[in-house]
Amino acid sequence: MRAFKAYLRSPAALIGTAILLAVLVMGVGAQWFYPGDPLGLAGRPLQWPGASPRFPLGTDPSGRDIAAQLFHGARISLLIGFVATSIAVVIGIAIGAVAGFYGGATDTMLMRVTEAFQTLPNFLLLLVLVAVFGSTIETVTIAIGLVSWPPVARLTRAEFLSLRTRDFVQACRVQGLGDAHLILREVLPNALPPVIVYASVVMAVAILLESALAFLQLSDPNVPSWGNLIGLGRNVLRTEWYVSAIPGVAILLTILGVSLVGQGLNDALNPRIASGR
Amino acid sequence: MRVLRLAGRRLAASLPTLLLILVGVFLLLQFAPGDTVDALMAQIGGGDAAFAEEMRRFYGLDAGIAAQLWNYLTRLATLDLGFSAIYGKPVATVILERLPPTILLMASSLSFAFFFGLVLGVVAARRVNRWPDTLISTLGLVFYATPSFWFGLMAIVLFSVYLQWLPAGGFSDITMGYTGIAAVLDVARHLVLPTLTLGLIFLAIYLRIMRASMLEVLSLDFVRTARAKGLSETRVVARHVLRNAMLPMVTLIGLQAGTMLGGSVVVESVFALPGLGRLAYESVVQRDLNTLLGIVFVSAILVITINFLVDILYARLDPRISTES
Repeated sequence: MRAFKAYLRSPAALIGTAILLAVLVMGVGAQWFYPGDPLGLAGRPLQWPGASPRFPLGTDPSGRDIAAQLFHGARISLLIGFVATSIAVVIGIAIGAVAGFYGGATDTMLMRVTEAFQTLPNFLLLLVLVAVFGSTIETVTIAIGLVSWPPVARLTRAEFLSLRTRDFVQACRVQGLGDAHLILREVLPNALPPVIVYASVVMAVAILLESALAFLQLSDPNVPSWGNLIGLGRNVLRTEWYVSAIPGVAILLTILGVSLVGQGLNDALNPRIASGR
Repeated sequence: MRVLRLAGRRLAASLPTLLLILVGVFLLLQFAPGDTVDALMAQIGGGDAAFAEEMRRFYGLDAGIAAQLWNYLTRLATLDLGFSAIYGKPVATVILERLPPTILLMASSLSFAFFFGLVLGVVAARRVNRWPDTLISTLGLVFYATPSFWFGLMAIVLFSVYLQWLPAGGFSDITMGYTGIAAVLDVARHLVLPTLTLGLIFLAIYLRIMRASMLEVLSLDFVRTARAKGLSETRVVARHVLRNAMLPMVTLIGLQAGTMLGGSVVVESVFALPGLGRLAYESVVQRDLNTLLGIVFVSAILVITINFLVDILYARLDPRISTES
C-alpha cells in the first residue's frame, strides 16, 4: 500500500502509466476502431496524412491505412513485449534461483551458460534462431524471450546469494522445510521486487528487438507490426518519409511509457535508492 | 604485470564459454531447414539428387553430426572457418573483409557515447534537480526509447535528403577516387550518421549511470575532506570524483559490447555499410550457415577481447583490483 502511494506520487510514473494505458486501449480496441484487415487495401497508395479525411495518418506504399496498422500494431507490440518478457523472466528466475540458492558446481555450470548467452550478441543469436526456426509471430516471440533472460538470471542469483544465509531462511531450514519451500516461499518473494523492476527493461528491449527484426523484414510479414511498416516506408523514404516516421513515434512513446513505469516502480519499491535521485 | 596476469586469467576462463557458444550454435544450425548445398543448388538453378549427394560429400556434409562438429572444431584450431558457398571464398576471408567498418563504427560510437555520456552525466549531477538536470535526464529517457533504425532513417531524411550535408549511406565515395587524407575524411563523413545512430542509446545509458554514480561518490567522506581543504568545486570533481565515478561506466562497456555489436547489424543495414552486421543479415537471408557460424565465432572473440581490454582499463583506474586475490 505504501509502495502504491509512493508510485502515485511520482509524476514520471503517472505519465508512463497514462501512455501505456493509451497504447493498451489502442491495442485492445483495434478491432473496434478499425474493423477488418489492417493489411487489406484501403485506398490510393501514398496519400499524405491529412490529405484525405478518410485516412488521417495517410496510406502506405501498398494503399493500406496507416492509422489502422498503428492501432493493430499496438496489440502486436504489447503482446510480443508481454509474452517475451514473461518467458525471459521465468527462465531467468529459474536459472538464477537455482544457481544462487545451491551455489558450488551447480552455480558455476549455470553461470557458464549464462555467460555464453551474454558473450554472444543477443541480436545475432536472434538472427540465428529466426534463420533456423522461421519467422512466424510465435517463433519470433519465443526467440526474443530466449535471448533476453541472462540479465534476469544474474540479478536473481545475486539476490538469492545475499538472502539465502539470512536468519529467517536458516530458521526455516532448521525446521526441516524442503528446498522447494525455501526457494519458492521464503527467498523468492524477497528477491522479487528488483526483478519486477528489471522486467520493465526486458520488456522495452523485447519491443525494440521485435521492431528491429520486423524492420529488416525478418519478422512475420503477415502481422501489422510497427517495425514492418517502418521497413516498408524505407523504400519511399526520400519523398514520403511520413510512412516510416509515424510508426517510429509510436514505438518511441511505448518504450518511453514502459521505461517511466519501470522507473516509478523502482522508486516506489526501493525507497532507499529513490532518495538519492 | 599483475594487472595483465589477472586479465589473462579472465581471458583463459572465457575459453570454455567460447567452446560452449560454438557447440551450441553448431547444433542449433543443424535444425535449420536446408543446408548450404540446398542453397547452392537453388542458386545454380537446381540439379538432380545424385549431384546433391556428391556436393554434400565434397563439403563433408554427409558425415554424422558429431563427426561434422569435430571436423569443424579441429579446423577452427587452425583458424579455418570453412568455405562460403555463396560468396565462393573462405569464410575467414569474407569476414576479414567486412571487419574494419564494424570495428571502426563500434569504436567511434563507443567514444561518442562515452565522452558525451560522461560530460552530460557530470553536468546533470552538479545541477541535480535543477533545470539542466531535468533537461538532460529527460533527453536521456527519450534517447533510450528511440529505436536506432528509426533514428537513422529520420537522420537520413533530415541531413542527407533535405539539408544534403552528409551522405545517406555507404562506407566511402568510390567514384571520387580520393587518396590519403581526403580518403580518411571521406570515410569520416560517411560514418557521422551511423555513429550517432548506434551511439544514441548507449549515450542515454552512460549519462544515466554517470549521473547516479557521480551523486553517490559526491556524498562520500573523502569528497567532504577535499572540500574542507578548500579545493575549488571544479578541482574536487576533476581530481577526486571523476575517476571513482567512472568505474561503473567502464564496467558497462564490457557488459554491453555484445549489445553494441548486435545493434550494428541494424545500423549497418540502414546505412548500407559493408560490415560484419550486414554480412550476418545477408547470410541469414541467403541461408549461408557456414558464414553465419563464422560470424558467431568472430563476434564472440570480439566481445571477449573488448572485455579483456576493459579489465585492464578497470585495473588501471582502480589500483585496488590488482591487489585483491
